[in-house]
Amino acid sequence: MKASDQYRRLAQRIRGYAVKMTNCRSSGHVGSSLSMADIVAVLYGRILRVDPANPRWPERDRFILSKGHAAAGLYGALVEKGFFPKEWIDTYYGDDGRLCGHISHHVPGAEFSTGSLGHGLPVAAGMALVAKRQKRNYRIFCLMSDGDCNEGSTWEAIMFAAQHRFDNLTAIVDANRIQALGKVSDIIDMEPFARKVEAFGWAAREIDGHDVEQIEKTLLAVPFRKGRPSFVIARTVKGKGVKSIENTVGSHYRCIPDEKLKEVYEELGVSDAFPV
Amino acid sequence: MRSLFNKVLLDIAEKNDRIYMVLADIGYGEIEGFAERFPDRFFNVGVAEQNMTGVACGVAMEGNIAVTYSIANFPTLRCLEQIRNDVCYHKANVKIVIIGGGLAYGALGVSHQATEDLAIMRALPDMVVLAPADFAEAEAAVHAMIAHDGPVYYRCGYKKEPALHGGPIDFRIGRAIQVRDGSDLTLIGTGTITYRAFEAAGILESQGVKARVLSMHTVKPLDREAVLAAARETRAVVTVEEHNVLGGLGGAVAEVLAEAGGGVPFLRVGLPDSYIHLVGSHNWLLDHYGFAPQAIAASARRLLEGRQ
Repeated sequence: MKASDQYRRLAQRIRGYAVKMTNCRSSGHVGSSLSMADIVAVLYGRILRVDPANPRWPERDRFILSKGHAAAGLYGALVEKGFFPKEWIDTYYGDDGRLCGHISHHVPGAEFSTGSLGHGLPVAAGMALVAKRQKRNYRIFCLMSDGDCNEGSTWEAIMFAAQHRFDNLTAIVDANRIQALGKVSDIIDMEPFARKVEAFGWAAREIDGHDVEQIEKTLLAVPFRKGRPSFVIARTVKGKGVKSIENTVGSHYRCIPDEKLKEVYEELGVSDAFPV
Repeated sequence: MRSLFNKVLLDIAEKNDRIYMVLADIGYGEIEGFAERFPDRFFNVGVAEQNMTGVACGVAMEGNIAVTYSIANFPTLRCLEQIRNDVCYHKANVKIVIIGGGLAYGALGVSHQATEDLAIMRALPDMVVLAPADFAEAEAAVHAMIAHDGPVYYRCGYKKEPALHGGPIDFRIGRAIQVRDGSDLTLIGTGTITYRAFEAAGILESQGVKARVLSMHTVKPLDREAVLAAARETRAVVTVEEHNVLGGLGGAVAEVLAEAGGGVPFLRVGLPDSYIHLVGSHNWLLDHYGFAPQAIAASARRLLEGRQ
């Protein structure tokens, strides 16, 4: 199988897990999990140097999911990589469960707990600082949401990382253009996003966040410029892969109901892995 | 005390290359020693306390000890969620240091008065809360803070605090230091205000009342044994803190006493639950708000005599 086909397959399975987990407990954020699935698939399929047998391997790349509400979109990748047993998936959000609704460092493979926006990038910058000062080779990737970029603390970290030329740090925005109460363009329009972060001293690229080949090529190219942190604005579709909820604010809150599950798994092409 | 703090930290950092300072553009005249000696371990993130705390957490997550440092409420309240979610939840080895607890910067106004810090920091799981009373405790507390693996809040004094202890001290996190013994009542202080409680004990003695004085330099974990012994061995307990009367040392001691039962007469001497907008020097404000040694002694005597 071609690498790109493998990424697509992994991405669809990540979507399957996200649909399954959120359905089980009628929890939210399925749209946010679906939009980032292709990015996460390429990260775990190729980019990140991690060892599922040794999740705290000192030389691992650090991956911080700052949009912690999309944990359901990361757990699938971690389970597919073998960080924890598949049975845990069924305990998502449940009584005495192993997996909570926002990402937690108590889950093997999850670097850092988030859930309140604007926390990921400052911590990632701290890790980048140590790598630079102690001449360590690990790299730091931070996946953020549109809403993350409303937070002042994110911009504090953007300024700080540029000041200290952390070119071992890559921020990726899953720019699905919809935040909690509506369209990004109606709430806090980030545009011209790339020019903004370039003006803040980062090297920015805009890509199609569902084109796995483009994601791979872009992430293999970091740092885009020596001495500058890299910023990837990945244009995505909220709820991507499930037509009935794509581009809807509601996908931030509602899960796929039982009666639609079979149809959705077929749409994602993962019916074999997710029998109803 | 702040100069001493910086000197001691610098000394420790000479021998411990895992110590980083992460600041938010505060510390003029004090932090230059560290900055010049260890430029690779010193970062001024600019006026950005949330990022300061997040960066410190990231530094600590990589096996280091990160010290954030600022005055009054800046490194606590502005970035409280970073302290809670990032530092405490991850048990990150971050030390949060404030200069000038209570009304030390009183004349600068309410923004610069750290008068709810003990209550708020104490409510965070895994946080150790230290408020040394004098130079001897301050020095020992820096060593204890660095030796402790996990989050610590350190409320440092400002300058020219008098010595509470006459000789060497046995400073251990979570263990109160008895400054003087007494059988009639116990005064429990935390931070630099403890010296005034000590002076109050002297006044009480001249009036025939023997007061025990405890320096409760660790507000969390609280020395329950010392509190219970005070309730058992003396006839009344008074807490003295440069802090809102709600939720700080007085609250912590009240929790222990209430759960133990026994009904020992108890009084919290602290700041009223309102903002301090009177303008004046540190000492003037303290006197005004009932922290003059004579006033503390009078309050304690009223409690003892059941006239409260």
